[in-house]
Amino acid sequence: MVAALFSEGPVSEAVQIAPNWFVTHAWIVVLLPVISAVLTFFFGKRTPGRGAVYGIVMVGAAFLFSLAVLWHFIKGGALYAPEGIEWFTIGTLKLEIGMLVDGLTAIMLVVVTSVSLCVHVYSLGYMDGDSRFTWFYVVLSLFTAAMLTVIISNNLIQLLVGWEIMGVCSYLLIGHWWEEKENSNAAIKAFITTRIGDVPFMFGIIALIAVTGFTTTNIREIGEIIGLGVVSPLFVSMAAILLFGGTVGKSAQFPLHVWLPDAMAGPTPVSALIHAATMVAAGVYLIGRMFEVFVHAEAWVLTTVSIIAAITALGAALLAVVQNDIKRVLAYSTLSQLAYMIAGLSMGPEGVTAGFFHLFTHAFFKALLFLGAGSLIHAVHSNNMSDMGGLRKKMPITFWTMLFGSLALAGIFPLAGFWSKDELLVVANHTAHTWLFVVFLLTAVITAFYTARMVLLTFFGEYKGHAHPHESPPSMTAPLIFLAICTAGAGLLGAPQLNAVFGQWVFFEEIHEAVFVPWIAVLSTVGAVLGLLAGYALYKDRKAEDPLKGPLGPVWTTLENRYYIDAFYMRAIVYPVRDTWSAGVYWFNQNVLDAVVNGAAGLAKGLGAAVMWFDRNVIDGIVNGSGRTAGKTGNALKYLQTGNVQWYAVGLFVGVLALTIVFIRIV
Amino acid sequence: MIRLPLVLLFSAFLFSAGVYGVLARKNAIMVLMAIELMLNAVNVNLVAFSAWLGDLDGQVFALFVIAVAAAEVGIGLAIVILLFRTRESINVDEVNLLKW
Amino acid sequence: MSAQEYAFCVLAVVGCLSAVAVVSARNVVHAALYLVVTLLSVSGVYLLLGAEFVAWVQVLIYVGAIVILFLFGLMLTKAPIGRDTLDNQQRWLGVVVGAGVFAGLAFLIQDAFPVQDAEAFRTFSGDTAAIGGAIFSDFVLPFEAVSFLLLAALIGAIVLARKDDA
Repeated sequence: MVAALFSEGPVSEAVQIAPNWFVTHAWIVVLLPVISAVLTFFFGKRTPGRGAVYGIVMVGAAFLFSLAVLWHFIKGGALYAPEGIEWFTIGTLKLEIGMLVDGLTAIMLVVVTSVSLCVHVYSLGYMDGDSRFTWFYVVLSLFTAAMLTVIISNNLIQLLVGWEIMGVCSYLLIGHWWEEKENSNAAIKAFITTRIGDVPFMFGIIALIAVTGFTTTNIREIGEIIGLGVVSPLFVSMAAILLFGGTVGKSAQFPLHVWLPDAMAGPTPVSALIHAATMVAAGVYLIGRMFEVFVHAEAWVLTTVSIIAAITALGAALLAVVQNDIKRVLAYSTLSQLAYMIAGLSMGPEGVTAGFFHLFTHAFFKALLFLGAGSLIHAVHSNNMSDMGGLRKKMPITFWTMLFGSLALAGIFPLAGFWSKDELLVVANHTAHTWLFVVFLLTAVITAFYTARMVLLTFFGEYKGHAHPHESPPSMTAPLIFLAICTAGAGLLGAPQLNAVFGQWVFFEEIHEAVFVPWIAVLSTVGAVLGLLAGYALYKDRKAEDPLKGPLGPVWTTLENRYYIDAFYMRAIVYPVRDTWSAGVYWFNQNVLDAVVNGAAGLAKGLGAAVMWFDRNVIDGIVNGSGRTAGKTGNALKYLQTGNVQWYAVGLFVGVLALTIVFIRIV
Repeated sequence: MIRLPLVLLFSAFLFSAGVYGVLARKNAIMVLMAIELMLNAVNVNLVAFSAWLGDLDGQVFALFVIAVAAAEVGIGLAIVILLFRTRESINVDEVNLLKW
Repeated sequence: MSAQEYAFCVLAVVGCLSAVAVVSARNVVHAALYLVVTLLSVSGVYLLLGAEFVAWVQVLIYVGAIVILFLFGLMLTKAPIGRDTLDNQQRWLGVVVGAGVFAGLAFLIQDAFPVQDAEAFRTFSGDTAAIGGAIFSDFVLPFEAVSFLLLAALIGAIVLARKDDA
């Protein structure tokens, strides 16, 4: 039974294919970006091209390596889980460094390295001339290495290490232009919000380690123990919900979603890499990796996950409708799509494949959209769509690639998004999560709507701005084209008609046959087209004011203010802590603690003064007094010194007489 | 023959007179003379005892005392003359530089 | 009281009186001369006691040399005349002390050799040759020392009293 967990391979396969060299050395994929980070850090400034070459070469190599790893699974190979290297031992707890390479790992490796490669190449053009160009590449490579660590790790502590490094890199990259206060604020907000999610995550890790009796942190072993069913379901549920806390923070689900829109203050390549394809996907990956825990938890855990995901999906999609900043549109879209993935996972083992398939496709088209948006921003020097318009003639490559990406996002056949969304709907229907089905559909319609809005506002109409937009340099357009191809092709990997090979790589416990349900496909396409048409209808003519603003009225205002959640957080948490608590603590420190210290010092001073008084008056008094006494005595005795010899003679004789009397009479 | 205590009393009287002279006289040379009296008193004592004991040692000692007295007077007068040269006066009262 | 004792008493009284005169004379030269009388009476006492050599040495040296020295000294230092100029403030203290000294000594003498029990001297005749012999045999070291002392005193007196050639 133990062997059936994280199943060894397709049941039909009789021959166990031995892992190829790339799989057994998959840790090299993690090492390559580390090397490039170190090289760029030390030699970047001196290298021609300011050190970008290291990152591009290494991540490119890592990408090819990942493809080789994936090849093993394409051939139908089994997962590879070698013994880790012992790091150190605390009592009975053994901490290790190791890797776990299964289909999910391979897929994630490909996704991360490919998007990272695109971003590295893109940044050549986008960040050209930036004063901290070299440092940017250092942190990019470091981030890539951290994400790869998370993916490849076989134990929770190593995962946590990578997780946290990602958080730091995210902070550094969002705040890349920290001269603007806004940017550094956004970086801090991102870091702290994800941190808030990390606290339950760490507790969850501890709970899971406790499950093993504090002997190991290895994910597979934890899964085994939980799979045996010896742990109380309540405990497992608690662990699961705590782990989910990490996902809520990292993947920006409600209520910790507030950092992602603000994180758009960072450079666009950063947004593409971290906040579209990789870091935010780490939360989803976590659930997938620890799915054993979720499966053995009580049902309310997954239900809670579904509810939060559903709220996020719908809420974020609605927010995307009212944004003017193109990156904000994409950010809310990301939130919404992440919620899709998580909702997919929450539907159970069947949903695992669907959810990760959506993650796979979403990574490509969302990265494509972000990089395209970056290209637009680079051209018009503004994030706002109100400053854009009619750019399709001036920036054709950007236009066509973004169109691809947008259609994929909207879920139009045969692009990637269609297949993954379709599969999610199928699973929802199959597992009788009807309300999730409705939510998915509704969100898809809204997604299509704001996508159309975005495309129309940016590329159609007349350009009324002041800049001179032109097509971006090849370093920026080449990744766009590459990603567009991936978008077109990625979806086919999960297409049921083509054997749905994706499902053979990523699954939980057993492969599920992907079925094609025609009416669902039709329904989703109709919904998407409806949304597109609605968008087209409303936005084909550029009007000064957004046509929805009037009719929606207060709803628009609420949406514009993001449901007032941010304001609520500020008022309820930030201001009290910063103004009241901090002030209170400060007062306590200054008046009480410092008073103690000052009091001690004052006491010492007083004691010193007392001792000084004692020393001056008593001891010195004795010393001076003896001197004075000697002086006074001398002063009194000096009168004997008359200088007169005969006076002395008198004394002499009187003395002799006295002695004589003494000696005669007494002696 | 003479009774010893009488001689001794004579010696004592001379000595006392010398003491008075040392204490009471202002002139330095007077003081020296008084000292001579005292020395003579001592000599009388010595010789008296020598005669009473029949031993010559006392007389020899008396001779030595006389010799020493002579030397002493020589030096003493030299000092007095020196004193007179510096101060134009040999009043013992005035030689009180060691006064406080 | 034998004849010697009478003679002695006379000499003693003369000596005492002249001793008092030495220390209370107004005229310093008179004081010096009274000193001569005292010294001579003492010399006489020596003779009565049988110390001929000592008596003669007394006359020679004391009277013949020391008193002359005193007189020279008095001449050279222009000694003043008059009672107030000769006795200082503590005259009465001196009387007291002197009287005290005499009282003490008398008491001692009385204690040691009570007058009433005193025996007379045995017959004693001084032998100058014996004295000479004693000096040069038993007391040769003190003799040499005293000669040294006299030499030192001689040189010292010269050094002290000569005029500095400035």
